[in-house]
Amino acid sequence: MAHAENESHVTVLPPDKEKIKKLWTVAGILGVITAIEFIIAFTLHAGPLKTAIFVGMTIVKAGYIVGEFMHLRYEVKVLFWSILIPLIFIVWMLVAFIYEGIAISLVR
Amino acid sequence: MGASYGKLMMWFFLMSDAFTFSALLITYGLVRSSHKAYQGAVDAFTFSQNYWPIPEKVFESVPFLEGVSLPLVFVGIMTFILIMSSVTMVLAVEAGHRMDRKAVEKWMLWTLLGGIAFLSCQAWEWTHFIHGAHHGSAVAEGTTFFGANLAHNQYGPPDFAAFFFFITGFHGFHVFSGVCLNFLIYFNTVTGLYERRGHYEMVEKVGLYWHFVDLVWVFVFTFFYLV
Repeated sequence: MAHAENESHVTVLPPDKEKIKKLWTVAGILGVITAIEFIIAFTLHAGPLKTAIFVGMTIVKAGYIVGEFMHLRYEVKVLFWSILIPLIFIVWMLVAFIYEGIAISLVR
Repeated sequence: MGASYGKLMMWFFLMSDAFTFSALLITYGLVRSSHKAYQGAVDAFTFSQNYWPIPEKVFESVPFLEGVSLPLVFVGIMTFILIMSSVTMVLAVEAGHRMDRKAVEKWMLWTLLGGIAFLSCQAWEWTHFIHGAHHGSAVAEGTTFFGANLAHNQYGPPDFAAFFFFITGFHGFHVFSGVCLNFLIYFNTVTGLYERRGHYEMVEKVGLYWHFVDLVWVFVFTFFYLV
């Protein structure tokens, strides 16, 4: 009963067609990149080039997910940078650990 | 920072979670690069304890198609399921901005369905991984071993299965938590809690978490299955 009362003074806005279309476009891009990754997995020989392509495509996908779906692109610049800058530590962790791993494989 | 307290805290939580997942994936990289890689033709590849397996040779099964070699097809399907559920989540957030309760309910249901479908796929994949393929493979003790546990596996060095269980398991646990949170959001939408509150910000906050889970899967897909 109280429920029906509430519903009367809620104004539902019409769907934002343009925004929804944009979201589906992003979804399409993510799908297409995944499909291309899938094709590359079976056509290119394993090596630094293949790995580089995969990493590049993954970063593009990550950019779309974080920027569009998580809306980070449209947030205030301070928030944007305080999320992105700490990721430098992850890059450093990656470089240091892979370097270490190769060193271990040479000792073994 | 132009964001509400709740959203800001969600971002900071996701930052810390990103570090946890990076630690797991980077350790995978370290251990993998410290093992011998398989040299030779991909077609002639056989499982061995002496080198790291090629992932596409391990994950080549699809339900109901036993014995057919379809490398990475099932993981590809899982990836699409998760991307789609991310889209339906963002559509729920969009509907929340417009105070459209019916649309939020609809899109949250699709998101829930996607999450549950993903978890089901993962349950099948784990079962298959643990039980193993027909031939099995010889382990150090000279016996044939089928499937995988934390100590041995037929696919390669013990670390391979350990990382599979840990990384996809930790991600799967995140998906499971996400499904629980999504259900809570759906429930609160249906009971009209957010309508009475006057905004659907909770949908947005849980949406951030759900997209993050999708984001992590994008990285797991690349570094565990493709590379």
